[in-house]
Amino acid sequence: MSALEVRGLRASFGETQVLRGVDLDVLEGTLTAVLGPSGCGKTTLLRAVAGFVAPDAGTVAVGNHVLFCPGTDVPPERRGVALVPQEGSLFPHLDVAGNVAFGLPRDQRRGSRRVAEVLELVGLAGYAKRRPDELSGGQQQRVALARALAPSPRLVLLDEPFSALDAGLRGAVRADVRTALAATGATAVLVTHDQDEALSMADTVAVMDDGVVRMHASPEQVYTGPVDLGVARFVGQLVELRAQLEGTRAHTVLGAVTALPDARHTAPVTAGGVLALRPEQLRLHPFEHGPGAPAQVETVSFHGHDATVAVVLDAPGPDSRLLVRTTGPTAAAGDRVRVTVEGPGLFFPDPA
Amino acid sequence: MRSSRAPWILLGPGLVTALVALLPIGYLLVRTAEAGLERVADIILRERTLALVLRSLALAGTVTLLSLVIGVTLAILATRTNIPGRRLLAVTAALPLAIPSYVAAFAWISAFPAVSGFGGTVLVLTSCCYPYVYLPVVAAMRRIDPAVEEVARSLGRSPWNTFWSVTARQLRPAAASGALLVALYALSDFGAPSLLRFDTFTRVIYASYRSSFDRTAAAVLSLLLVVITVAITVAEARTRRGSERARVGGGVARRPHTVRLGALRWPAAAAAAVVVGVALVFPIASLLYWFATGLSAGVDLPHLATSAASTFWFSVLGAVVCTALAIPVGVLAARYRGRLTSFIEHASFAGHALPGIVVALALVFFGVRVAQPIYQRTPLLVIAYAVLFIPAAIGAVRAAVAMSPVRTEEAARSLGSTPWQVLRRVTLPLAAPGIGAGAALVLLTCMKELPATLLLRPTGTDTLATSLWTETGVAAYGAAAPYGLALVVLAVLPTLALMRSQRAGEAGLS
Repeated sequence: MSALEVRGLRASFGETQVLRGVDLDVLEGTLTAVLGPSGCGKTTLLRAVAGFVAPDAGTVAVGNHVLFCPGTDVPPERRGVALVPQEGSLFPHLDVAGNVAFGLPRDQRRGSRRVAEVLELVGLAGYAKRRPDELSGGQQQRVALARALAPSPRLVLLDEPFSALDAGLRGAVRADVRTALAATGATAVLVTHDQDEALSMADTVAVMDDGVVRMHASPEQVYTGPVDLGVARFVGQLVELRAQLEGTRAHTVLGAVTALPDARHTAPVTAGGVLALRPEQLRLHPFEHGPGAPAQVETVSFHGHDATVAVVLDAPGPDSRLLVRTTGPTAAAGDRVRVTVEGPGLFFPDPA
Repeated sequence: MRSSRAPWILLGPGLVTALVALLPIGYLLVRTAEAGLERVADIILRERTLALVLRSLALAGTVTLLSLVIGVTLAILATRTNIPGRRLLAVTAALPLAIPSYVAAFAWISAFPAVSGFGGTVLVLTSCCYPYVYLPVVAAMRRIDPAVEEVARSLGRSPWNTFWSVTARQLRPAAASGALLVALYALSDFGAPSLLRFDTFTRVIYASYRSSFDRTAAAVLSLLLVVITVAITVAEARTRRGSERARVGGGVARRPHTVRLGALRWPAAAAAAVVVGVALVFPIASLLYWFATGLSAGVDLPHLATSAASTFWFSVLGAVVCTALAIPVGVLAARYRGRLTSFIEHASFAGHALPGIVVALALVFFGVRVAQPIYQRTPLLVIAYAVLFIPAAIGAVRAAVAMSPVRTEEAARSLGSTPWQVLRRVTLPLAAPGIGAGAALVLLTCMKELPATLLLRPTGTDTLATSLWTETGVAAYGAAAPYGLALVVLAVLPTLALMRSQRAGEAGLS
């Protein structure tokens, strides 16, 4: 059963169309990340679901309750949809307990077990009497989550909640948020432009661009089987090679590679197009006794756990410059190497 | 967007506020219209009226020009030079703001009866008004990015040239807005010209209200004065358009360059001392002298006490009513847009352009003709305070509400609070300190108010301001002094608060 069901949602600011027919289903108890570049409409989608942006057309339903459709517009306070804003936006005049209890019915605000319960859940037991300005950024975000979870909402919306945190803190807070959401079984939608965050935290990822959801699938599917080049380019780094398809083999500057056809369109048996590979599918070999196409290392970016090596193929052409991710011994700029492909690539035929 | 739709829970009370604010000007229009076009034209086209307009404009123009020169000069001396006693100057130069004009007028005329007419009024009003230029220019001076001046210097401009072509240009908006306040103050001030016997609009309006049975002339002259003040406000807004400043990033923590005055150091200090002496030291000395004189003759303590008590009581009522009326308008102005909202906001500011004597007179007409049961009773006086000081209260509410982030209110909505509950549980608690400060400011402003209190106070009741007025009128200076001193003490508090908030604003910018 879908906890959240969005159909054909359109919204605009003045003349600018921000949402151009968004469809999105989120299953009960799952965390869906809405991933997209800034300006793609993901925050507007979130605010439309919360009830702060009035859409022009479409429907929004949570569980069996229609929140928005032509003629119906449930005000935010009666939607049962809790929001975790970007900067936390705690109530500065209330202490942590007051913040968390804010959404509870009046008789439960004082001395109720619920506040302690959710604070425990986000790892802040014993912080009830603190003031928001005495908390670190990560703690504020956890209180904001506890505040959202306390009234047991039908849906929790998280609007880039980790972007204001520094990199070291972000990982820990993400993990805690994930655990807390799982523990309550809450259904959640997380808006983010950070692909690592989307791929690592979410059960499913909806990739948004230009006001529509381009693809909604599991993180693995989004990464390994993107529906089009746009999605492929946005999720992770991409190596694009010009290719000529013959049957299931794509002929490229790096030789023939097994091509998985684009699942949506049945590609013709022979066609020109682009073969999309991930940088970790490329392998570097010693120049003297290796297989593969000859190339020269241009730059090396060392990340610790791996390294990204930019190489230039000897064979001239539009795609002679390639990115290779390697965990093996890194090459140095100027080294002569050879490049091969491991595994199949995705073939996208040229638009007719 | 949902946020553009203002809830009726705010629009309804907001409309009430707008109607209260429009009441005097509306009734004045009705009253004038009743008189008939011929009669109105007859009053306006009199030679006496033309002379009155010219006298008032000459007074306002002279006071504004002098205030500009004194205010800007002192601001530069106090912020950017090595003048001796710079810190002392920086504080004392703003303090004349705390002396109500009629108290300063009392201080001068009680010591030198010759200080009257045009010259005396210019002297008193300029010494009360130049801080309106001085304070914003000081603030603008501290905001100026020294890097801009450095760029000008490195491009080959001399320090003097840099000052005129770069620094002074950036001070212009601040100086202009200060000059507008001075011009409006000089036109609408009632106490100083009346005590110093110079026939400006306000004094003539009061005289024709007191003397003649037919008060049409007073109504017409009031409207004419309103037209002039509105015209000046509009003209100033026109010139301000297009003088925007381009700034990238926040302010700069670096200290600006100090100009070395050299041989001019001591003459400059002497000139500054003269200004502070005339505007601050002399009035207080004169007050203290008459206070001491009156003390030996015996102070009417019971009357002082009842005056203080009724001043406080009326002012508390004024502050409470103003703030209550201002809250819906302030929240609307900070949070919503729309035609009705914009109408409510603009209408509520009507009191800004209305001199106190005009509001008072309009409410006298209204009281005599329509609201007889509350005429010369407390409610009508409180309405006058509301009309006059709602703009200040709205400003405080709007600023305080704008400080509380919209996202926090949205979080509250998504947790199940209705707009009314959000207002009660989030917006107002967050804005409470700012609104409280605004209410305190209105309270102290009501305490100093003279013309409306004079015309509308309940029969047989005196306040500090009206007691000072009455005693000065019969040249009982010793008896008047205690009221003047009490008023100065009351007025010092909001002045210090204003200076501190300006300094805090600067700290926030750097």
